[in-house]
Amino acid sequence: MTRTTNTPLVEMRDISISFGGIKAVDHVTVNLFAGEVVGLLGHNGAGKSTLIKCLSGAYRPDHGQVFIDGQKVTINNPRDARAQNIETIYQTLALADNLNAAANLFLGRELINSAGLLDEAQMEAETRKIMARLNPNFRKFNVPVSALSGGQRQSVAIARAVYFNAKILIMDEPTAALGPQETQMVAELIEELKKQGLGIFLIEHDIHNVMKLCDRASVMKNGQLVGTVDVDKVTDDEILGMIIMGKQSNQGV
Amino acid sequence: MTQDPFTDSNSSKKPQSKISPLTSFLRVTEIDTRLAGMAGALLLIWLGFHYYGLFVNGMGAFLTPRNLWNLSVQTSSIGIMATGMVLVIVTRNIDLSVGALVGVTAMMMGILQVEVLPQYLGLGHPAIWVITVIVGLIAGAIIGALHGWLIAYCRIPAFIVTLGGLLIWRGMAFISAGGKTISPVDQTFALLGGGPYGAIGAWGSWVVGLIACAGVLWMMQSGRAQRVKHDFPLRPMWAEVLLAAIGCGTIIGSVLLVNAYPLPKGIIKAMAAANNTIVPPEGIFISHGFAIPVLILISVGVLMTILLTRTRFGRYVFAIGGNPEAASLAGINTRWMTLKIFSLMGMLAGLAGAVASARLNSATNALGLLDELYVIAAAVIGGTSLAGGIGTIYGAILGALVMQSLQTGMVLIGFDTAIQQIVVGIVLVLAVYLDNLYRSKSK
Repeated sequence: MTRTTNTPLVEMRDISISFGGIKAVDHVTVNLFAGEVVGLLGHNGAGKSTLIKCLSGAYRPDHGQVFIDGQKVTINNPRDARAQNIETIYQTLALADNLNAAANLFLGRELINSAGLLDEAQMEAETRKIMARLNPNFRKFNVPVSALSGGQRQSVAIARAVYFNAKILIMDEPTAALGPQETQMVAELIEELKKQGLGIFLIEHDIHNVMKLCDRASVMKNGQLVGTVDVDKVTDDEILGMIIMGKQSNQGV
Repeated sequence: MTQDPFTDSNSSKKPQSKISPLTSFLRVTEIDTRLAGMAGALLLIWLGFHYYGLFVNGMGAFLTPRNLWNLSVQTSSIGIMATGMVLVIVTRNIDLSVGALVGVTAMMMGILQVEVLPQYLGLGHPAIWVITVIVGLIAGAIIGALHGWLIAYCRIPAFIVTLGGLLIWRGMAFISAGGKTISPVDQTFALLGGGPYGAIGAWGSWVVGLIACAGVLWMMQSGRAQRVKHDFPLRPMWAEVLLAAIGCGTIIGSVLLVNAYPLPKGIIKAMAAANNTIVPPEGIFISHGFAIPVLILISVGVLMTILLTRTRFGRYVFAIGGNPEAASLAGINTRWMTLKIFSLMGMLAGLAGAVASARLNSATNALGLLDELYVIAAAVIGGTSLAGGIGTIYGAILGALVMQSLQTGMVLIGFDTAIQQIVVGIVLVLAVYLDNLYRSKSK
């Protein structure tokens, strides 16, 4: 793995958050370097999504700090996260079904004209441009996204994250609802974004995708970090062991 | 970027094998089928009442300038509130308190302009109506904001907050004047309610009509320019001309209609006496023209349409209605939005209170009773989905017009109140059923 600097792009240090007395995330530290994909693994309810929501601004951690490029930052809401060039693709895609692709892509960051009104035409033109790159077959610009297929919806959600020059990308099971062809498309996109120097947190259940796409993997169980391993230096079974048994692997630490 | 071959204007003009001529016509002209359907339904209702009256009672009283003019005035106050109710319902809320807000704001305005302001400014001072209306709007906005705060920040369901509001503000309206009726209102204020004096006359109506036509043409022209700029598919020229003709034709038609309704003889005599002239024995034809409350409704409709479809605020309203979680993850402050939406609804109820009390020339504690039901029905008949995320301002105004047409029509043909209620109830349920059918078909 090539790391240009020793300062991680993101460091989440000693993060804890609990809901009603249950520790969803318990003193977890993870980091991410530029041009790297870090997989976050674990059972349902292991705390992966909760941890990542502390970075995307959906939750505020009870304890711990977040550093971006070595600088301590405070992320209180999704707007703060976006201001730090952190973009998130949620498992649920977080699309407003009644709005079209352009409206979803620019949601919360609409382009406005000199009169202060929405510049719909400009937004549609920009959407056509980015979709031509991500999903050249995409044609349905003027219908609500509820009328789109799973893959098309996914490409809208990805376009939203990519369009705004993300430095840090969080992908929560981006291939869960997709067919093989679309999964391949997402895999290629992740490779391309990596080359551009983005750091990507990837929450993934499919161990094959993890081995294929990730550089490192951080495994969580019951809200705690089991360990972080270099994917090249471990086998599928060792990672599965960490997920299931919560046992730190001896290799690749 | 290359043009999308499937929506290119040239290819869509060709008759396609499976698509009927009507469908392809609607597609090329991009006419909103739901708007066309509502306009058609309205026309059917009007024709139905007119010819029922003609054949059964020997007199078709519906399609007359006088009745249609009155219909437009009667629609105003419900229509104004229905535009705000669209925003409330689109964001998956409900406001049951608007009728009570009409009552309480009208009562406040009544007391202010009849009992308070004349003491300081003198009776009939030209500033009285301005101060009164501004206070009414602010009072409505504050009450609405209070409702919004309870709903958004204290997490009490909108149904409960506004149901409580319905009782509380109706009670307040009664207490504030001890159950008395405040009358008569300020002379200038009364013009907001319409009537022979509260209309802008023939020339004024032509000016308004021509400005509206210019607005329609300008909007179509700038829309086309935007499409050219970004290489989007264009409508064929004949479709643009047809749409412009329909738009301007409707406007000019309504100008001719309101100008065909003359002022009553008694009013003309009084006007002549005031100007020291004498009415010739054959009489003078002086047109009503557009009524002021109708112009208020139209202005509110235009402003609310711009707000809902062309601003960030409106975009967030739809986003919250479509997926509240997604909206909040996109950085939208959904609670603050809810507070603002209810505040706007309250302000519109205050405006409706001004129009309604001006029309009645008095403020009573029963003003606006049951209005909340008509307002909600108007929005829903106009295609606002109670599941949230879908709704239009023009639909709500047309919905208000449909409701008012039914009531007026049944009065004209002599149906009693019980039958009126039954028919309005059936129409409400039927309209929502048809809307569901339309939506599931168009998916």
